[in-house]
Amino acid sequence: MRAALVRHSIDVSALLREAASPAHGATAIFVGTVRDVSEGRAVTGIDYSAYESMAEREITAIAAEAIDRYGCPAVLVEHRVGHLDIGDVSIAIVAAHERRAPAMDAMRYVIEEIKCRVPIWKQEQYADGTREWVNPTRGHAA
Amino acid sequence: MKITVRFFASYADELGRSTVELPLAEGGTVSDLMCCIAALPGAASLPPNPLVAVNQVYAPLTSILASGDEVAVIPPVAGG
Repeated sequence: MRAALVRHSIDVSALLREAASPAHGATAIFVGTVRDVSEGRAVTGIDYSAYESMAEREITAIAAEAIDRYGCPAVLVEHRVGHLDIGDVSIAIVAAHERRAPAMDAMRYVIEEIKCRVPIWKQEQYADGTREWVNPTRGHAA
Repeated sequence: MKITVRFFASYADELGRSTVELPLAEGGTVSDLMCCIAALPGAASLPPNPLVAVNQVYAPLTSILASGDEVAVIPPVAGG
């Protein structure tokens, strides 16, 4: 298991290699990317920031919970912070298991929990030059 | 006692700072600290009961604080 905040580009292929094992029959991957529109507004980029020490602690706890709940021998999570352009990978989750159902359930668990409880924020930049903090509680979800 | 308070993202923008050290009476709670925070310039835009973490763990308003604790006032999270 490994979970980290990173400032570099996320290499999904490297994560897949890291998780690989002959014992795994299924590997579920979630890749989040920056899209070019939000709530009907043209987006040019996103700045991700975090309460970094707590965010890493929470993401690590979530990955451990996924392992406990679904018995996945390998769960890897990288979440990017800093400035991201359109199409950049903001998060990658890899969950591997002998069977597909636990792998997919673990992957889903990790992303949903991260969205609920990890202190990470994003400020969207718009084509009109303005910027705004994303607040999912106002129906402005990612 | 002194409590270090950290603000992030939209809350840091609204208060114009990312950290402040506030005095609190011995035995004071998160709720007591929130009353002190509410008196800071720019705090009027904070919700009445924001998420709070004490030493990097989410904590209820009733948590009793100790000298040297780090309290983070956490805006709605938006990771992923």
